[in-house]
Amino acid sequence: MTNPISINEVPVNPEIIQDEYLIYKKPSTLTDKPFHYCPGCGHSTVHKLLMELVEEIGIQSDIIGVAPVGCSVFAYDYMDIDMQEAAHGRALAVATGVRRMLPDKYVFTYQGDGDLAAIGTAETIHAANRGENILCIFINNGVYGMTSGQMAPTTLAGMVSTTSPFGRDVKTQGYPLKIGELLSLLPGVAYVTRQSVHTPTNVRKTKKALKQALEYQKQGLGFCMVEVVSNCPSNWKMTPLESLKFVEEKMIPFYPLGDLKVPGGK
Amino acid sequence: MAKAFGEIIIDIDKCKGCELCIDSCPQNTLALAPKINQKGYHYAIKVQDNCTGCLNCALVCPEGIINVYRKIVK
Amino acid sequence: MGELKLMKGNEALAEALIRSGCDGYFGYPITPQSEVIEYLSREATARTGMVVLQAESEVASINMIYGAAATGRRVATTSSSPGISLMQEGISYIAGAELPCLVVNVVRGGPGLGTIQPSQADYFQATKGGGHGDYHLLVLAPYNVQEMVDFVKLGFELGEKYRNPVMILADGAMGQMMEKVELFEQQTRKTSFADWATNGKPKDKERRIITSLFIEPERMEQVNLNLQAKYKAMQENEVRYQTMNTDDAEYILTGFGLGSRIAMKVMELAREKGIKVGLIRPQTVYPFPYQVYKDIAPKVKGILDIEMNAGQMVEDVRLAVGDKTRVEFYGRMGGIIAEPDEVFNYFEKVFLGDK
Ligand SMILES: Cc1ncc(C[n+]2csc(CCOP(=O)(O)OP(=O)(O)O)c2C)c(N)n1
Ligand code: SF4
Ligand code: SF4
Ligand code: SF4
Repeated sequence: MTNPISINEVPVNPEIIQDEYLIYKKPSTLTDKPFHYCPGCGHSTVHKLLMELVEEIGIQSDIIGVAPVGCSVFAYDYMDIDMQEAAHGRALAVATGVRRMLPDKYVFTYQGDGDLAAIGTAETIHAANRGENILCIFINNGVYGMTSGQMAPTTLAGMVSTTSPFGRDVKTQGYPLKIGELLSLLPGVAYVTRQSVHTPTNVRKTKKALKQALEYQKQGLGFCMVEVVSNCPSNWKMTPLESLKFVEEKMIPFYPLGDLKVPGGK
Repeated sequence: MAKAFGEIIIDIDKCKGCELCIDSCPQNTLALAPKINQKGYHYAIKVQDNCTGCLNCALVCPEGIINVYRKIVK
Repeated sequence: MGELKLMKGNEALAEALIRSGCDGYFGYPITPQSEVIEYLSREATARTGMVVLQAESEVASINMIYGAAATGRRVATTSSSPGISLMQEGISYIAGAELPCLVVNVVRGGPGLGTIQPSQADYFQATKGGGHGDYHLLVLAPYNVQEMVDFVKLGFELGEKYRNPVMILADGAMGQMMEKVELFEQQTRKTSFADWATNGKPKDKERRIITSLFIEPERMEQVNLNLQAKYKAMQENEVRYQTMNTDDAEYILTGFGLGSRIAMKVMELAREKGIKVGLIRPQTVYPFPYQVYKDIAPKVKGILDIEMNAGQMVEDVRLAVGDKTRVEFYGRMGGIIAEPDEVFNYFEKVFLGDK
């Protein structure tokens, strides 16, 4: 790790700091409120990507988001679009209500693994099975973040959490649930992909997947899920960089990245 | 051959010192500052004048607080 | 004069939903009210474009209502007791987020799976909360098929006026009985929506957020105070009840819905025998018409409350009259509907003594 004590700042070159050379800045569709998420948390990165797309595609007035209970329940503080909070697990039922009333708008949910794959499994499977034309963004961090690190359905075998303090014992606590694979079997589901945001390349791919899903929604193809294998440095009790390493070395081997289902395809 | 000159501006008061940008920079342009910001975090700063404007740091920065400039000189 | 028709309560209610310009219905079948979703599935979409969706559970249907109501549309769900229990989480969120909608409970006997026969045992659940938090539904209690129709229209209007969920507290008998009803004209569906509705952020305007979450205690308390102010306004403006023969009454019979129907028969029996009996029938059970009981209490010798439960509304009646008059209760449970004769006998026994 870099030692912060021995470093000097280098002045910027004003010749390059010109509007014409600007290639990245935070999208205007994010509010000025600083994220409350912990340092290095993938939630922030995914919020950012989604709002970049809303700005780029120009759909700020045409999109409604649903964020249920979980660390991201405050998503509406940051995303400058019409939003609804939902009860824990109920996002896809709530979004179904929105979708059925507003057939011409974009509708998405933004859910954690406890929300989507434990308490809300029924709502998830049935919304998917009805082929609701909704984008479901699923943040898989293998843990209950908001309530301080209890086991989630996605917690890896042997992984320590506050309710699996000796490591998840699959014999008594069940197996980690691959909800993406499960949903990809349903005919109402158009697109399921699993991505991550732990490297710049993966960030680009996640953004591409989200864009693809919004495009499919516009075409009315049905239910799309973009799963993001993410981190929870605070509850994993790791530094942000250690948590990215854990994503790479432990999470992704069990939750392999890539498309699980594409329209008209496998 | 064209050469890319990059420059970044970090909104340091919103930085949480997560070091994701530092880790992702192929040029080792960035490091954590010895000082802390209003929030009490050591914040990311530029410590070398060799940025190419590759965007990596901005992509991974969860807070979205890095502006990147890039000038291509033929 | 609107169209007259002989209709079953559940179907009349479904017809009223269509005619009130309802935009969406989300429900899950349960006896004794499945005719509502069946009728709507046959009729609604072709006639008005109304969305009718059978959800995977009442948990889902009430949350679909949440999402749909949050777009400013007129939406409704119907169920019966066990299903309404399952909806309580969602109802609490709807109350917290202040979303207008209509929830119909065609009550059956409980607890647990209970019986599919009519009951009034969900009065506490409907009027005192049901879910978590300090909230109230505006609760309408129909006593005939006509009110099953009229309260749909009224319910939507009151819900939208107060941004509050409204419940129609019916029962299995009301849902299943056939009566002649006058139907109101078809209303057109709304084309403009409230400012708070999340329909997509308007350009150059603030985004809209539908939430019941307020982390700062001061803010949360203020939200609660605002809700209480709203409930107070309902108490002041929306109390509805019917009285019969109260002018010369020495005794009052009371009850809501089915109980009040029986009370009417008992009143007739009593009047035939020259006993001066009147009747009070709350149409809103929240807000409850405390004042009318309070006013009449000193003028009468007693009040008999009749309910198809173990005595629920009677607590509100007692709260209203205090010690100003005697309050007696007659109830049947388990899906049994009291016969007017047995109630009259009880009335004679407690108030007039054995003869
Ligand atoms: C009905 C209900 N049960 C339990 C909770 C407590 N609770 C809040 S968030 C949460 C888990 C959140 O985990 P996840 O969905 O994975 O999201 P994360 O916080 O990790 O992003 C739980 C159990 C609740 N709010 N409501
Ligand atoms: S608790 Fe975990 S998931 Fe929640 S904000 Fe912190 S790091 Fe992210
Ligand atoms: S733009 Fe690329 S080279 Fe420049 S600081 Fe960021 S990561 Fe390093
Ligand atoms: S990635 Fe962003 S928040 Fe993290 S250290 Fe770098 S600038 Fe700061």
